[in-house]
Amino acid sequence: MYRYDEFDATMVRERVEQFRYQVQRRLDGKLNEDEFKPLRLKNGLYLQLHSYMLRIAVPYGTLAVRQMRMLAHIARKYDRGYGHFTTRQNMQFHWPKLVDVPDILSELASVEMHCIQTSGNCVRNITADHFAGAAADEIEDPRVLCEIMRQWSSFHPEFNYLPRKFKIAVTGSPNDRAAIKFHDIGIEAATNESGEVGYRVYVGGGMGRTPYVGLLIGKWVSKEDILAYLEAVLRVYNEFGRRDNLWKARIKILVNALGADEMRRQVETEFGEIRASGSLTLPREEIARIEKYFAPPAFEDLSDASEEYEAELTRNERFADWSKTNVTRHKQPGYAIATISLKELGMTPGDISHEQMDGLAQIMDDFGYAEIRVSHEQNMVLPHVRKKDLPALFARLDALRLGTPNAGLITDIICCPGLDYCDLANARSIPISQAIQDRFADLKRQRDLGEIKIKMSGCINACGHHHAGHIGILGVDKKGVELYQIQLGGSGAEDASIGDVLGPALGPAEIVDAVENIVETYVGLRQNGERLLDTVRRTGVQPFKERVYAAH
Amino acid sequence: MLTANRLRDGEVVWWKSGAWVTSLAAGQVFLDPKDAEAALEAAGAFVRNNVVVTPYLFDVRVTNGAVQPVKEREIIRAAGPSVRTDTGKQAGLARSEADV
Repeated sequence: MYRYDEFDATMVRERVEQFRYQVQRRLDGKLNEDEFKPLRLKNGLYLQLHSYMLRIAVPYGTLAVRQMRMLAHIARKYDRGYGHFTTRQNMQFHWPKLVDVPDILSELASVEMHCIQTSGNCVRNITADHFAGAAADEIEDPRVLCEIMRQWSSFHPEFNYLPRKFKIAVTGSPNDRAAIKFHDIGIEAATNESGEVGYRVYVGGGMGRTPYVGLLIGKWVSKEDILAYLEAVLRVYNEFGRRDNLWKARIKILVNALGADEMRRQVETEFGEIRASGSLTLPREEIARIEKYFAPPAFEDLSDASEEYEAELTRNERFADWSKTNVTRHKQPGYAIATISLKELGMTPGDISHEQMDGLAQIMDDFGYAEIRVSHEQNMVLPHVRKKDLPALFARLDALRLGTPNAGLITDIICCPGLDYCDLANARSIPISQAIQDRFADLKRQRDLGEIKIKMSGCINACGHHHAGHIGILGVDKKGVELYQIQLGGSGAEDASIGDVLGPALGPAEIVDAVENIVETYVGLRQNGERLLDTVRRTGVQPFKERVYAAH
Repeated sequence: MLTANRLRDGEVVWWKSGAWVTSLAAGQVFLDPKDAEAALEAAGAFVRNNVVVTPYLFDVRVTNGAVQPVKEREIIRAAGPSVRTDTGKQAGLARSEADV
């Protein structure tokens, strides 16, 4: 893992003391709320419905053992015993007191953590494929570029007051597990004609009230030039992005107003100037230095088949169920990737208790090379587990209520906090996701339905990625009543698409039946192992619409 | 009714006769909109003195003496998350009346 150098450590420590002073001045009345709000937001501190909310950055979704233990400690000491992992791989605490936040930041800094880049109109915490460094389909570990970009973008003076927030995601594999095409910039590792690894750069993707799939602007950019290219994109945005209208300020509006060709032309012009100066050319030695931090652990030389694993599969049905969905092929023979579901039925998607965090920290030490990942799907991932350790791992996870065998299935729902916590929300989202989980609790049925990604947001800002859900659900407020709009056919993967709105919004008592009707329509129409998404793409939404609204 | 969040810890508070309380039931219901507006203006002093932030008025219904906010948002603010009844005011976890 990346370890702070002296510059990083000093930067974070100074930021904590700066914020401590700002909080004191606020409490003393030397700053009013209008003056203080932008300062607290720059430190990840929001005011929500019940309390303040602190958003902690988890760069590229990677956590070390000492960091996981620290999050457990903060949940216990300063919060209400639990935290929430978000769709941007960050952690949120829902109940901190303002007066405690400087101490929380100080404790975080002691384990190389902070809340920088988690709010405000800057480059936000950069996200990555949660299988980074382990996936069998990977061209390169995306976290190397993420870390280089973190160092480039943190407190970048030119990009501290962008027209709006700016989100970047990176995948090192052609199979996109990081939803890169729904980001302001999405980066995909790719080889050129001569086999050299560089990057494709997608720009202008996003969700919210105007969803767009990102357009391919940089067709192939070399490693040496990638920062220069990204800086060029941000310069075009900084100059021409709209600052007069909050709803039109994201780069997606600019890119789609200009079109891909004109956006590319403008970026190339800036890129040419930056490249000519040579100031952002990445030296090979620097890339190699950062790569060392992400070197794979010392894997044992193992046979890919494991007798212990195979024996447990036949002996233990629950373990076999879990393995089917939550274990993924690793690039190293004899190893596997384990997805830890934070979607226990009836619980809040993405929530984790301090006991579970501490338990996971021990598991990371015992089985996981002291490392864990947060996924944008609000699950956790142990990237490197020996296959022969999987039975023992499952038993430990199960004891922590973290052994739910539903990764990628219909109950593995992405869900924002919604009106139960969030000041921006129009409707509750968590109770709806729980009701859907309850309806589809039967594991045999879930498995028969195959991969179905339900994504749910409590407002148009789309933190729950509803536009990209195979089934997307959006909570709205109609004259004080919580209603829910369904979209069908979205995807956040490499085949990215925006779901089509199915019809008028439905009440909370109708929404689960609507999902059931969609699923049953799919079961009736599916051909040759099609997923729900494939069937929707083949038939269009009409047959689903007819069934859902038949009774209306 | 008139509500705000307490500055130092974010606790949800309601107005009662020139002060703030930490439960909705103990808060003051204004029958006359003029009284509500006057209270909102008076709350400005608490903002300037750094006790609360973002005070605002919201609608409630009173049935047989029981006060119920009209909007779900205010019901949830008064109780806590509907999905975690072990947290928030509904669990008896309101922070103290001190500093109100």
